[in-house]
Parts: sequence; structure tokens; C-alpha cells
Amino acid sequence: MLAAVQTRVLSTRDLGRMKWAEAYALQAALVEQRKRDEISDQLVFVEHPHVVTMGRNGHDENVLASEQILAKSGIDFHHTNRGGDVTYHGPGQIVGYPILNLNDWKRDVHAYVRALEDVIIDTLRGFRVHGERSPGATGVWVGDAKICAIGVHISRWITSHGFALNVDTDLQYFQYIVPCGLTRPVTSLRALGIAAEHDEVKAALRSNFAKVFGYETEN
Amino acid sequence: MTDVVMPQMGESIVEGTLTRWLKNPGDRVERDEPLFEISTDKVDTEIPSPAAGVLAEVLVEAGKTVAINTVVARISDGAAASAPAPVAQAAAPVAPPPPPPAPVAVPAPVAAAPASAPTPASEDLGPLSPLVRKIARENNVDLSTVTGTGAGGRITKDDVQAVVAKPAAAPAPVAAPPAATPAPAYAPPPPRAEAAKIRVEPMSTMRKKIAEHMVHSKQTSAHVTTVHKVDMTNIAKIRDKAKGAFQAQYGFSLTFLPFVAAATCKALREFPILNASIDGGNILYHSDINIGVAVALDNGSGLIVPVIANADEKNVTGLQRSIVDLAARARSRQLKPDEVKGGTFAITNFGSFGSVFATPVINQPNVAILGVGTIEKTPVVINDGIAIRSICYLALTFDHRLIDGALADMFTGRVKQILENWADSVL
Repeated sequence: MLAAVQTRVLSTRDLGRMKWAEAYALQAALVEQRKRDEISDQLVFVEHPHVVTMGRNGHDENVLASEQILAKSGIDFHHTNRGGDVTYHGPGQIVGYPILNLNDWKRDVHAYVRALEDVIIDTLRGFRVHGERSPGATGVWVGDAKICAIGVHISRWITSHGFALNVDTDLQYFQYIVPCGLTRPVTSLRALGIAAEHDEVKAALRSNFAKVFGYETEN
Repeated sequence: MTDVVMPQMGESIVEGTLTRWLKNPGDRVERDEPLFEISTDKVDTEIPSPAAGVLAEVLVEAGKTVAINTVVARISDGAAASAPAPVAQAAAPVAPPPPPPAPVAVPAPVAAAPASAPTPASEDLGPLSPLVRKIARENNVDLSTVTGTGAGGRITKDDVQAVVAKPAAAPAPVAAPPAATPAPAYAPPPPRAEAAKIRVEPMSTMRKKIAEHMVHSKQTSAHVTTVHKVDMTNIAKIRDKAKGAFQAQYGFSLTFLPFVAAATCKALREFPILNASIDGGNILYHSDINIGVAVALDNGSGLIVPVIANADEKNVTGLQRSIVDLAARARSRQLKPDEVKGGTFAITNFGSFGSVFATPVINQPNVAILGVGTIEKTPVVINDGIAIRSICYLALTFDHRLIDGALADMFTGRVKQILENWADSVL
């Protein structure tokens, strides 16, 4: 096989702490650039201030507090175009937005979501945490508790949105929602007794992401 | 015309849920412009239009789940329908429409149309959905007389239904019904004989049996009722998702009752004393779980409790089938004697009549009966927030001679727990 010519490249960017709406606008711009092939596949890391977002399949009854109460508690609220129900993002959570062209990988949305789960499960394994899938409930679970939520949007096989992994999230904030409409508990690495640096987790996520999706990474 | 189909978004994917239309019928759409959104698993996908043109028909509405390759819309060639103005308005109905009993399905008012083929007169009305055509056909509505309120003056379902609903709609001045039944249709009842303020009627055999049984039960058991509040939101979701396909496949509808019955069977296995009876100084534990389901006969003419034998061996589908079958045959008095015997526990569904909760009477010789209240969306407090959940009260009447309150609550709590955590989407 000839080398290099068709090599898919993944660039990673870390936005640090950024408001959800701002990151969303940036994401949308990256999607457009990716559609026009102006950039390679991207893996964007970000940490959001408190925000509750509602996916396309969202049910208002799964938001347990009114927008006013959320606002009073300093929590933003947005409707969004990703799949899935309601979720919470906030400090202590690593959010990953892969902007990939699935035409270059597999045109299969299930395969994509399962691969994202693999990335998380592999990463957790590095911290000696046994993450697993739960049939019918996308995301990654430790025992009965959800540690990583997944919700994706695809347009012309370009992906956006992605995953949210609880590292040392203040889990109390999940009380405002029924995550993904499931009345099951949430957890974090911290809650499981693992003290992990965000940078360390992001590095592991990036390398597992490259492995699972078969990239040569660039910096 | 180009068909737009539900795309296959991956190897293992057999269906998709259409979440949103991004264009309305009559809208111009470019090739590759996002046309609708679908959702599979946790992925939301924009689907581009396969062709340029005008969105002529939407065949699958938002919210519906359909198999891949199902045609969800049609796109007409660009030029054709850029302005689907309702031309027909001018050509007012020439001849009066034929009277309703006309054997022809579609009244073609414009007699001119030569060899008017299968599609009558509707060509000049712009794109019409098959549904609109169907409603018009079935109700003898002349579409050329209907004012469209949809995009570009298009006639929508609501427009046709409005015409159908109008009592004596303008376009159908056909022989008004013979003025036989004028305003006050209700004649006052014939004056009663003043003497008879009481009417005497012997009880039916069934009524006597019911009366005897009820009093006997109250005299036999120490009735106590405990009520648990159950969050049925999850079950409601599973049911909503499955009920269309269920009805299509089995020919009867899917209710909440078989879920409750299945949860009850499971809990009875864990609490066998609820599935027992008393014989003098002995407790009889029944190894079979035979669930009696109380069936109200028409207009309160009686009550019968047919039995689903070995109910714990049936899944939700099987239980629903048994419930439908037994209830139908109970009402048509076609139950076999064996089918009303041998019950070891009973369920009564007074919720279907709107009751929130009641205190049912034990069906002797059982030691408990579960009453299912109506399921209502209710504001509830979860983690100090207010949520809307589908709530149902389950009332367990138990025989306090044999069953202590704590045990009764453990049992009912277990039924609740099974229902609230129902995960299995396979019915």
C-alpha cells in the first residue's frame, strides 16, 4: 500500500473555558470549513460554564427547573440541534466536539457513536475505571451511573457536538435535569475516587481517539 | 417527480425518526439543500434534498418513525409548480353536484373534462396530498370549491376537514334532509303512574352471586388498602413508541394493564404469601400464578373475573392478548367455566373509568387484589425541581389476617419499582 497519500489527519484544539453559545458558533464555523475541505478533521476540547442544553429529541419535562430558576442559579439554557435529550455541562467536565468527515471513515452513524464510546471506555481503562455501554442508552456507564454523555449532529456526513466526560464535575448540578430522560445516577472520575488532571485526561482522550478512528495525529 | 426516501444511516440501521421538516410543501428547494432532519440513536442528522424543485408532497410527518427507503416526500421538477395558484376558483360548479347516493365515488362537477381519467379536476389545484384527496373523495367534497390556506394557496387537510365539518356546507345544497326531525327531538317521558314510586325487579342470578360474594368477602377477610404512587412515565414512553406497530401487528391496542400485570407477576414470585389463600388454620401457597382480571360488563350489568392462567409465563404481548380475549368473551358471555376459576390474585382496572384510586374488595379465596388508578400527567417534585410525570396510584387491598402492612407495602413497592425501572423495550 502506498503510504501517506490518503492519510487522514486529526488536529486538536483546546478552547479552554468558553461559554456554550460561543463554542457553538465556533463549532458551526468549523463545520462549514470542514464541508469545504478547508481544514482537516478536528477534535475540539472545551469546558463550559454551567449550561443545560436540550437536544432534538428533548422532552421539556426532563428539565426539572424552569428557565428562570436556572437563570437565577447562573445556569444558561439552550435548545440545540444535537441528538439526544437534555444534558448539563459545567466546570470539571471535559467536552469533546469532533468535527469529522465521515465520508473518509464510515458512513454509519451507529458505528460513529459506538466508536466514540470506545474512545471513552479506553480512556477510562487508563485510569483503572471499568466503563461500559448500556444497551439502548448511548453513553458510557460505570456500574449503573453515567460518566459520559454523547449527542451528535451530522450534516452531509460532517459531525458536530460529541461527548461530555465528567472528570471532577460538581454532580449536584445534574439535579436540575433528568439526564437524557433516564432516571439513573451520574458519576465522575472524582466521585469514583480518581484524582485526574484535565490535561492528562485530554491527552489520553486524544491518543485513544486517534487510535480508534485510525489517524496520524498532527499537533 | 423525485421520491425522497428515508436514508440508511448505517449498516445496522433499519429505521429512522423524522424529527423536523426544514421546508414546507410548496417551498422551492435546491439540490443538496437540507430538507429534513432525522434521528437515530443519539445522532441527529440533516438530510439534503436529492433534487432541485418544489417540495410537492410530504408523506411522513415529523415525529414518525419509518423504515429505511420509505418515501417521505416528493419533489416536483423545478419549473412546473413554481406558483401553484388556485386557478380553479373561477370555474364555479356548473352543474349542481350529484346527490350523495351517487354510485360514482368522486363527483366531477366540471362535466367538461374529457375522459377525466383517475385524477379528476385536481390538476389545476396545485399539489394535493393523497390524504386531502382521500378525505375529499370519502366525503364527496368538490375540491375546486375549497379555499386553500396552505403555502401558495394549497389545500390542506384542515381546509377539507373544515368543509366536511360544516353542517350544511355551501357547496352541497343537495336535498336538505327531510325536515322530519325538527328542533325538540326529546319528547317528555310519558307521565308516570303516581302510585308506583318504586319499581320492583328481581335480581339477576349474576347480581345475586355478586352480592353474596361481596358480603362474604367482607365478612371473611380483614380488608386493608394501601396506596402507592407510581411514576409511569417510562412505561408511557415505551407504550407510545410501540403502540402503533403493536396495533398493526396484533390487531388490538396496547394498554398499560399488561405492564402492571407483568410487574405484579414478578413481584408475586418474590412475595409468595400474596399469592396464597387461607384454609382454616393453614396457609395454602399456590405455585401457579393465575391472575384474575376484573371485567365490568356493559353498562354496569355485572362483574366477572376471568383468569389468566400461569400469567407469569407470558410476556406483555401475551398478557395483552389474554386480557383482550377474556374481556371480549366475558362481555359476550362466552367464557368457559374453567376460565373463571383458579385465580390466585386479582387485578382491577378502575382507572379505565377515570377513578384515581379505590379500595377494591378481595376476590375470595385470594388474599389480595391490586387496583389500578387512572394514569395522569402530574407535576411532581424531583430533586427539588418540578417535573411533569405520568402518575398512577396503585391500591392494594390485602387480607390483614395473613399479610402485615409492612409486607403489603414491600410488595406494592416492588411492583412500583419494577414499573418505574422498566427497561425492556421488547414486549
